[in-house]
Amino acid sequence: METTGDRSRETVVGTVDERVVLEVEGLRTHFVTRWGLVKAVDGVSFQLHAGETLGLVGESGCGKSVTALSIMRLVPSPPGQIVGGRVLMEGNDILQADEHEMTQLRGSKIAMILQDPMTALNPVFNITDQASEALRIHKGLSGKDLKEQVIAMLRRVRIPAPEIRIRDYPHQLSGGMRQRVVGAIGISCDPLVLIADEPTTSLDATIQAQYLRLLKDLQQQTGTALVFITHDFGIVAKMCDRVAVMYAGRIVEQGDVRQIFDSPSHPYTEALINSVPKLEEKIDRLYAIEGQPPTLWDLPGGCSFAPRCPYVNDRCHEEYPSLLTVGDRHVAACWLREG
Amino acid sequence: MSSITGKLTPKGINVAKVFGTLRRWPIIPVAVVLFLMIIAIFAPLVAPHHPLEAKFEKRNVPPVWTEEGTSEYLMGGDHIGRDILSRIIFGTRISLMVAATVLAAGAFVGTALGVTAGYFGGIVDEILMRLVDFTYAVPFILVALVAAVIWEPSLQLVIILLAIFTWPPFARQVRVETLQLKAMDYVAMARVSGASSLRIAFKHILPGIVPTVMVMASLQVGALVITESVLSFLGVGIPAPDPSWGSMVAQGRNYVATAWWIAFFPGVAIFLIVFSMNFLGDWLRDTLDPKLRQL
Amino acid sequence: MRRLIALRLGAFVVVMLAITILVFTLSRMTGDPRYLYMSQYTRITTEEWEAQGRAMGLDKPLVVQYLLWLGNAMKGDFGESVHYRINALDLIRQYLPATLKLSGISFGIAVLVGVPLGVLSAVKRGSLWDYFGRSFALLGQSVPPFWIAIVLVWVFGVELGLLPTSRQGDWSHYVLPVAVLGWLPAAGLLRLTRSSMLEVLDSEYVKFARAKGVGPMKIIWKHALKNALLAPLTFAAILLASFLTGTVVIETVFAWPGIGRLAVQAALNTDFPLITGLSLVFAIIFLMCSLAADVAYGLIDPRIRYR
Repeated sequence: METTGDRSRETVVGTVDERVVLEVEGLRTHFVTRWGLVKAVDGVSFQLHAGETLGLVGESGCGKSVTALSIMRLVPSPPGQIVGGRVLMEGNDILQADEHEMTQLRGSKIAMILQDPMTALNPVFNITDQASEALRIHKGLSGKDLKEQVIAMLRRVRIPAPEIRIRDYPHQLSGGMRQRVVGAIGISCDPLVLIADEPTTSLDATIQAQYLRLLKDLQQQTGTALVFITHDFGIVAKMCDRVAVMYAGRIVEQGDVRQIFDSPSHPYTEALINSVPKLEEKIDRLYAIEGQPPTLWDLPGGCSFAPRCPYVNDRCHEEYPSLLTVGDRHVAACWLREG
Repeated sequence: MSSITGKLTPKGINVAKVFGTLRRWPIIPVAVVLFLMIIAIFAPLVAPHHPLEAKFEKRNVPPVWTEEGTSEYLMGGDHIGRDILSRIIFGTRISLMVAATVLAAGAFVGTALGVTAGYFGGIVDEILMRLVDFTYAVPFILVALVAAVIWEPSLQLVIILLAIFTWPPFARQVRVETLQLKAMDYVAMARVSGASSLRIAFKHILPGIVPTVMVMASLQVGALVITESVLSFLGVGIPAPDPSWGSMVAQGRNYVATAWWIAFFPGVAIFLIVFSMNFLGDWLRDTLDPKLRQL
Repeated sequence: MRRLIALRLGAFVVVMLAITILVFTLSRMTGDPRYLYMSQYTRITTEEWEAQGRAMGLDKPLVVQYLLWLGNAMKGDFGESVHYRINALDLIRQYLPATLKLSGISFGIAVLVGVPLGVLSAVKRGSLWDYFGRSFALLGQSVPPFWIAIVLVWVFGVELGLLPTSRQGDWSHYVLPVAVLGWLPAAGLLRLTRSSMLEVLDSEYVKFARAKGVGPMKIIWKHALKNALLAPLTFAAILLASFLTGTVVIETVFAWPGIGRLAVQAALNTDFPLITGLSLVFAIIFLMCSLAADVAYGLIDPRIRYR
C-alpha cells in the first residue's frame, strides 16, 4: 500500500481496484413546488469503484443530498420524483426494483448516514434497539448473538464502555458519540456502498477530525466504497480519492482529487478551492464567490454558473456546456476548456 | 413518472382535485358565515315574525312544504306557537354575539397577559402560568353547573364563564411566541437603541403574534358556539324565552315524535355555523402557518 | 419516573385543595346555608335558628368552618341532598357505575377508531381514506352532540324502532349513546394523531430507519407511532374536559342513570350539597385521568424520565 509522503492529505493510491460497485447514469430527480418545477438533480453520472471514496461537493441546494436520496430511493414522493436515469449496482438497475426489493437492499448492500445525529436517532428508543435493527433485519441475528454484535459494533467506533451504553437513550449521549453510533449503524451490515451526507457538519471542529479518521479506518477495514457529501473542500482533500463538483443539479467537474486541486478546470471548482483558507497565507478578506446561489425553479438558459462566473462569455449564456475531457479521468463542463 | 410530463386528466370528476380546490378557496364557508352575519345584524328586518310572539292556533304547525303547513311559519311553529324561522334568525344574533364578545374579551386578556408573562418573566410569569394550569385542571362543565346553582343562569353569566375558559389558551400560546420573538435579533436591536419595554412589546412583538391569535380565534369560534348551545340545552345557559338555539332544541326534544321540526332546524343552524367556522379556521391556519397544526 | 409521579401527585393535591376552597367559598356566597333546608314558609323561632346555626358550626370562624367542612368532605360526607333527601355520597355511589361504564366504553371506542384512522389518514395522505378521516373529524367537531343524539334517537328509535332510546339495559342500549359520546373524542384524536404522524413521517429518524432497510409496516407502527402518540397525550386534559361535557349531555339526552345527569338535576334544583359532592368527585376523576396521561407520556418519552 503506497501512501504519499505529503502529511496534509492522506490518499490511498493504487489499492482502489477497478471494480465498479455503483454506477449512476443520467440521474434526474424533479420536485413540484409552488414556485415551479425544481430540477434538483438534472443529469448526474458517476462511477464508484470498490474501496474508493468519492466526494460530492457543492453549496447548499446544489442537489448533492437529493442525489444521495435518489440513489437510496428515499426521495419524499409527493413533491419529488425520480424522472430518469439508471443506478446500477451489481449489474442491476435499482431504480427499477420494486419497493420490497429496495427495502432489502437498504442497509445491507447500500447504506446511508445522515448529517445531524440528534435527529437521525429516534428519541424514544434506546441505542441497542436502534443499533441492532439492521442486523436483525438483514442478518437475522437475535438474542445473545445480537447483543454481542452490537457491543462489538460500538467498540469498533470507539465508544467507551459499550456494555453500559447500550441501554442509554440518544439524548443521554454526547453529539460526537451519537454520530459514532450513526456511523456504526451505517456499516453494521458491511455494505458495498456507504453514503455519508455531511456527517461532520453538525459536529464541533475538534471532534470532526477524530470522526473523519474513524470513518477512514472503518472504510479500510471493511473495503466499503464511500460517497462523501460535503460543502467543505478542505475535508475533500483529506478524505477523498476522487471528487465530483455539483452546481444547480449537475456535475460540473469530476476527477481525481490530486488533479482537481492541481488544475481545477471549472470556474466554480476554482472558486471553491480558493474559498478554503490556507494556513500559511495571510489574507485580508476571506474569498467569497460573487452573486447568489441559483433559484432552482428559474434557471437561466445556458450555463447555470454564468451569472457568477468571472470568465463568462457569450457562448456561456446560449448553451449549457457538455462535459469535456481535460485530463486523465478528468472532465469539466465549461466552454473555456473546449479545444 | 407521469404527473410531471403532463398527462391529460381523465374525464369525470377527480375527487382530489375538487377537494383541493375547495380547500384552497373556502368560498362556501365564507359565504355561509357572511350570510349568517348579515342575518344576525339585520334580524329585525329579515325575520318574518317577532321571536317571542306566540299564536295559539299555530302551535306545532309543521313546515310550509307539508300538508298542514302554512306560508306564515316557513319552518313550522313550536309548542307555544312561535315561528321557528324567526326564532332561528334571532338566535343567530345571540350565538354570534356571545361568540364575538367572549372571543374579544378572551383574546384581548389572554394576549395581554401572555405578552406580559413572556416578556417580563419572573414572578409574574410564574403566577400567570399557575393560573393557566389551574383553569386547565378544572373541567368547564363543572364550573358551569356550580355557577348555575349559585347565580341565576343568564346571558351575562354565560359570557363571563366562557370568557374565563377562553383566555388561558391564548395566554399560553402568546407567551410561548413572545419568548421566541424576544430572542430575535431585532428585539435586541430595539433594546440597544433605547426603546422602552412597552414600545418593544407593542411595536415589535405584538405584530408577530397577531397571525397566531387570529388563527386561534377562528378555531375557537366553533367550539364556543357549541359550548354555549350545550349550556342552553341543559338549562344552565341562556334562559328561555330568549331564542337561543340550544334551548330551542331542548324544548323541541319532547315533541320529537310529533313535531320534529322544533328540535331539528335549530340544530342545523348550529351545525352550519360551526362547520363553516371550523373549516375557515383550519384554512386560515393552513394558509398562514402550517406549523400551527397542533392547535 | 418516580419523581415525575410524585410531582404530579403533589400538583393534584394542590389543585384539589384549591377546588375545595373555591367550592366552599362559593357555597357560602349563596347565602346562609341554613336557608337550604327550609322553604320560605317555614316558621322558625330565633332560638331554633341559632341552635341550627351552632349545630352547623356557623358561629365559628370561616377558616375553621372550611376545615370542618373539608374534614367531612374527605370522609365523604357532603350532607344530604336537598332535593332527594338522601345522603349525597350514597346518591353519587348509586349513579357512578353507570357513568363509568358508558364513558369507559365510549372513550375506548374513540381511541380504537380515532388513532388508527389518524394514522391511516396520514400515511395515505390525499387518498379517499384521508378525506374520509378528515371529514369524519370535522363533522364530529361541528355537530352539536345533543342535537345529533336527538336526531339519531328519532331516526333509529322512533321511526325505525331499531334501537332503544333511553336508560340502561343490554348491549343495544349502548349503541347510540356510545356512538354519539365517542364521536367528539375520536375526532380530536384523529386530528392530533394525523398531524403528529405527518410530522413524524417527515422526520430524519424515520428517513434513517428506512435507510437501514426497515419495512413500511414497522416504520409506521413502531418507529413513527410511538412518537406520534405524544401529541394526543399532551392534549389529554383538553380532550378529557370536553369528554366530560359530552358525558353530561349524553346522559341527559338518553336518560342514562349516571352522575352526569345527576349533576344537571342538581344544578337545576339548586341542590348545593349534591353539586358540591359531585364537583369533587368529578374533579378527582378528571385529575386522575390527567395524571394517567402524564404518566403515559413519561413512559413513552425517555427524555422526561431520565433528565
